Amino acid sequence: MAAAAGVKVSSVVKDAAFAALLSFGLFLPLIGFDTVTNIRNELVLETRFKLLAIVIALVTAGSLVNSLAIAPWRARRALRGRKPASNLAGAVTRWFAPFAFGFVLIYPALVLGLGGIQGATKWIDNFGIQILIYVMLGFGLNIVVGLAGLLDLGYVAFYAVGAYSYALLAKTFGLSFFALLPLAGILAAFWGILLGFPVLRLRGDYLAIVTLAFGEIVRLILINWVPLTNGYAGISGVPRPTFFGIPFNASDEGFAAVFGLPFLPLYRTLFLYYLILVLVVLTAFVTTRLRRLPMGRAWEALREDEIACRSLGINTTTTKLTAFATGALFGGFAGSFFAARQGFISPESFTFMESATILAIVVLGGMGSQIGVAIAAVIMVGGTEILRDLDFLKSIFGQGFDPTQYRMLLFGSAMVLIMVWKPRGLVATREPSAFLKERKAIGRDLVKEGHG
Amino acid sequence: MEVFLQQLINGITLGSIYGLIAIGYTMVFGIIGMVNFAHGDVFMVSAFIALIAFLILTTWLSITSVVLALFIVLIVAMAFTSIVNWAIERFAYRPLRGSFRLAPLISAIGMSIVLSNFVQVAQGPRNKSLPPITRGEIVLMDAGGYPVTLAYTQLIIWVVTALLLVAFWYVVSRTALGRAQRACEQDQKMAALLGIDVDRTISITFVIGAALAAVAGTMYVIYYGVISFADGFTPGVKAFTAAVLGGIGSLPGAVVGGLLIGLIETFWSAYFTTDYKDVAAFSILAITLIFMPQGLLGRPDVEKV
Repeated sequence: MAAAAGVKVSSVVKDAAFAALLSFGLFLPLIGFDTVTNIRNELVLETRFKLLAIVIALVTAGSLVNSLAIAPWRARRALRGRKPASNLAGAVTRWFAPFAFGFVLIYPALVLGLGGIQGATKWIDNFGIQILIYVMLGFGLNIVVGLAGLLDLGYVAFYAVGAYSYALLAKTFGLSFFALLPLAGILAAFWGILLGFPVLRLRGDYLAIVTLAFGEIVRLILINWVPLTNGYAGISGVPRPTFFGIPFNASDEGFAAVFGLPFLPLYRTLFLYYLILVLVVLTAFVTTRLRRLPMGRAWEALREDEIACRSLGINTTTTKLTAFATGALFGGFAGSFFAARQGFISPESFTFMESATILAIVVLGGMGSQIGVAIAAVIMVGGTEILRDLDFLKSIFGQGFDPTQYRMLLFGSAMVLIMVWKPRGLVATREPSAFLKERKAIGRDLVKEGHG
Repeated sequence: MEVFLQQLINGITLGSIYGLIAIGYTMVFGIIGMVNFAHGDVFMVSAFIALIAFLILTTWLSITSVVLALFIVLIVAMAFTSIVNWAIERFAYRPLRGSFRLAPLISAIGMSIVLSNFVQVAQGPRNKSLPPITRGEIVLMDAGGYPVTLAYTQLIIWVVTALLLVAFWYVVSRTALGRAQRACEQDQKMAALLGIDVDRTISITFVIGAALAAVAGTMYVIYYGVISFADGFTPGVKAFTAAVLGGIGSLPGAVVGGLLIGLIETFWSAYFTTDYKDVAAFSILAITLIFMPQGLLGRPDVEKV
């Protein structure tokens, strides 16, 4: 086994040379040259060959590391064969969810202790609430994509319907958040059914594209229907949620004054954090319960095989519509929460990118797995949010370096890399929701997926 | 009548660009059954490459001949865009071939995000505008004070598109490569048994798609004279609509669909309102898929157990 243990020098050199050549071809036009507008407003070229050389060197080094270290390691691992899942892994999966829930519950106290009041507000708002919104959206879309196997690329439309419903109704009629939350959800569910009807006959990629078109149409209407939605400018001054009637402000009737506390913006942040946490838990709970109902089982049957499902006498029309409506309902809840939290909404928040992000979270998490969705949301949203705070990188790369502009670049790369590394998502086994005698985890590779 | 003729000319120009991008979608869908979501952004990248090539030729090498400059730019843009698309297929899609159906789609969406944000980081978020390479136009008709004109740039777009489509049609229908492509489209396993290198054929499909997208990108830059990193998505979706309208998997369908979408968009803007022109394109997409999923020239999709 000399060939497997040792590494052929000639092939390593060849790979590295190819990597260098390929990266030269890839990056020469766009990194080697920079288009700059000069003082006379003309476009002129500047060269960045030093940067180009650095990039090529990095890629070549990466290729060397791959063929000298990673590839032999993988070959050795493949030789050893796959280890059977240990008890430890089972214990981790069993206890992970309660542990994670406990952590989320005490997270605000944790950051308060670590970062003080100023820092904590930011951490709870930017990380906690932001991630939880995406977890909620992920759970909602998980019903449509993960359970019913209907690929939806326009989920953001329901999010938008929820947000605009709350914003417009609250501003026009002065209704409270808790009265409008169910209403916004129902309106979004109604739109889910409206979209569901025409696309009932479509399967797979075609369904994905039509839902994408639907999402874009909703956004374009939001932009162009200026009298109702105020177009690009958006709706500002959306009423913020109150603590069951007590507003979070500095006035005498405000939350702080009523409870005899000094005024802090932290209270509202905390309230919003636990509010979205309750919504997330509600979504997770309802979904797990629904999976055991005939409706939920019909969703999963539909995902596995539509023709078999129909042959067994399951009404695929109602099954699809309930999946769309339930998914949209939670999207609507998340949307109205988003509008209430931001206080300002505009069509910019409901672009295709959002749909892609939510879908990525669901698929990367391993479709159908709620723990997986939550982990993926933390990685994808939390990971990119953290880039906003990496000021120390400025001291390494110089003052002009702005890590936030690499946020989406890294986000997209993460999507590709996770897919290539684990095409079936991070949590790739599934527990059956209905079983005959004993629970058996089903390997994801045994399950035919997404032929809705 | 004059307005109609003028819009017809504009519509065909726009439609040629969509048609060229649509071929990339339809070929990839035909051969591996995947919606290559990043194709719109490959088009945008190619437009940037063309822009940079134009600047090198005009400002550094001071080439004044429009035809020569255009020719070199086309070659350069096609070559570099092909490398980009080849690499995308090799590293983001090939490992996922044979995996479950959503995986390549997610990878493609990720790649689309990577491309547009890479261009944003590397070239800046601003619109890049190029001075027009030629301003001349042919006045076809000048009755009633509304001249119907055919700009030289439009003429260039028509001629280049037509020439390339002929060359492309020849490759697909008359060469061994084209036969291999059609064989892989029908049955990859069988094609492999008959000695066709399936991986190589799929790579070449991506390269051809990229080359045609690069032509579209170059045409887009000389026609509109402006490009930004975000300009991949909308033309991409419209070209995809064109591919679907023409019947996905059908090459003449992609061209016909592209022309139709271009015409519909131009006439919609001219006679109704520009506000909802994208809504029109998206509605056509949805309506075609719902009521006529096989498109104008495509084969109906038979559902097998």
